[in-house]
Amino acid sequence: MKPKRKSISYSKWGYIFILPFFISFFIFSFIPLADTVRYSFYEFYRSGIKEIGPNFIGLENYKSLLQSDMLKYAGNTFILWIIGFIPQIVIALLLASWFVDIRLKIRGKQFFKVVIYLPNLIMASAFAMLFFTLFSTNGPINSIFMSIGIIKKPIDFMGTVFGTRSLIGLMNFLMWFGNTTIMLMAAIMGISTDIFEASEIDGCNSIQRFFKITLPLIRPILAYTLITAIIGGLQMFDVPQILTNGQGTPDRTSMTLIMFLNSHLKSRNYGMAGALSVYLFIVSAILCFIVYRITNNNDPDGSKAAARKSKRARRG
Amino acid sequence: MDVKIKKSDHVRTVIAHVVLVILSFLCLFFFYILVVNATRSHSDLQKGFSALPGGYLIKNFLSVANDGTFPMFKGILNSLIVSGCSAAICTYFSSLTAYGLYAYDFKLKKIAFTFIMAILVMPTQVTAMGFLRLITGMGMYDSLLPLIIPSIASPSVFYFMYSYLQSSLPLSLVEASRIDGCGEFKTFNRIVLPIMKPAIAVQAIFSFVGSWNNYFVPALVIQSKDKMTVPILIATLRGADYMSFDMGKIYMMIMVAIVPIIIVYLLLSKYIIAGVTLGGVKE
Repeated sequence: MKPKRKSISYSKWGYIFILPFFISFFIFSFIPLADTVRYSFYEFYRSGIKEIGPNFIGLENYKSLLQSDMLKYAGNTFILWIIGFIPQIVIALLLASWFVDIRLKIRGKQFFKVVIYLPNLIMASAFAMLFFTLFSTNGPINSIFMSIGIIKKPIDFMGTVFGTRSLIGLMNFLMWFGNTTIMLMAAIMGISTDIFEASEIDGCNSIQRFFKITLPLIRPILAYTLITAIIGGLQMFDVPQILTNGQGTPDRTSMTLIMFLNSHLKSRNYGMAGALSVYLFIVSAILCFIVYRITNNNDPDGSKAAARKSKRARRG
Repeated sequence: MDVKIKKSDHVRTVIAHVVLVILSFLCLFFFYILVVNATRSHSDLQKGFSALPGGYLIKNFLSVANDGTFPMFKGILNSLIVSGCSAAICTYFSSLTAYGLYAYDFKLKKIAFTFIMAILVMPTQVTAMGFLRLITGMGMYDSLLPLIIPSIASPSVFYFMYSYLQSSLPLSLVEASRIDGCGEFKTFNRIVLPIMKPAIAVQAIFSFVGSWNNYFVPALVIQSKDKMTVPILIATLRGADYMSFDMGKIYMMIMVAIVPIIIVYLLLSKYIIAGVTLGGVKE
């Protein structure tokens, strides 16, 4: 009777519903990004109370950043990240495979999961402040070590490059291994139990099972974990900033890229901050692209690629 | 053969327990020292470490509460306002966006979805400079608003909500509500939101915690002491002339920054741990 009714278009509601997201993104992310890129080509900073610029200088900011300590800070960021990440991924893989292994009778699984995830939710800055007080020369850790008799003199943890970097690595490890464990556990639980049973019948031991079955099958999630961890590492700020009071002591060996950016922003050195942001943006855009490929992969377990490969092999 | 397998499993079980106990010890030990030291007086703390708590808990607490230079409780209140509002608008608008992209067909749908997925893990730090200039221009410098409003656009929360809708909202339900004469907004608020409650709860917790712990942007935006959130106060504490302070009070300050989250976590740990993996990659 009313054939028109069928053709009511609801599409305008789709636009209305997604509008707030995109307006907010446009105002608070896109305009700032465009502004950041724009000023990266300008001489624009504040010396004292005088504002200098903005004068267009082309790629000068990018060049002078390359000549500054930026690459050293990139190296620092990488070192600080890797000394936390390696133990994190190893322990997480180990724990995840133990937690899902039904033949291991682990008691209090839920308790352990709750405890290892706990540090992930702790305020990183408060955690760093806590470590700063605990590991200071007259702090409780030194006092415990001395009373047990391991050391005679207090250790100046934050006075040495090795000590500071290890502390930052330890904090990052503690904060993230629980999260990774739970992610990987879900991945391993997604593997069909038939495969494990078949491997058992074939006489596979637990080490073979881990390397030949579990690891290859959770590869997509492992890749996702790796890339998101790299992005997280690139953003490393709170822990080293608070631990070293923004100085990256000793001798700026624990200064990360974002700490460098922060110091430029604090001193209102907009041109340099802009250029540094653009460098960071390019790196994170590449990483984002990889994450996008992983999350939108229609060949998640690599089986199609493997099939193509074997087809080629048979032909060749 | 059978016996041998059982034996090796037994050994592995023992090793697993030892490793787990060591790791749990590492996770809890530092917080244990924190709690113990927050109950001791400055002079006690100078004498060295003791595993047993002292009797200064309330005294330290009061001296933190009455400190004008580090308004910790005002900071907690500010943090609560920022985190609470962020969690609320972030989950509401992410659900709305997810529903908009899930339930409707329109021309730009695919582009919009691809775009959000592309910025899923983009760090906010890269736009911090422009952000700072923008909010200064808008007159929102040194106010709590710029810490709250941008959370309307949270791609990762959106992705979580979208996955959840895919698994739990049949489109026939939306059709049915249309036939019953329910408007589109009403359908979302009355029918879709209640269905999404579990997802909203999980994401509200995560965005609350994320906002509570956030330090980089608030430290750039907030200047005046009475607007500072907890992480900035901790940073100010670190930057202050530290050695002249009452150590018991410092431990207590760190404790009041950490403990609220720990309590919430212990109460909701079951949901939080289940929620960690849901936002990850699809299997």
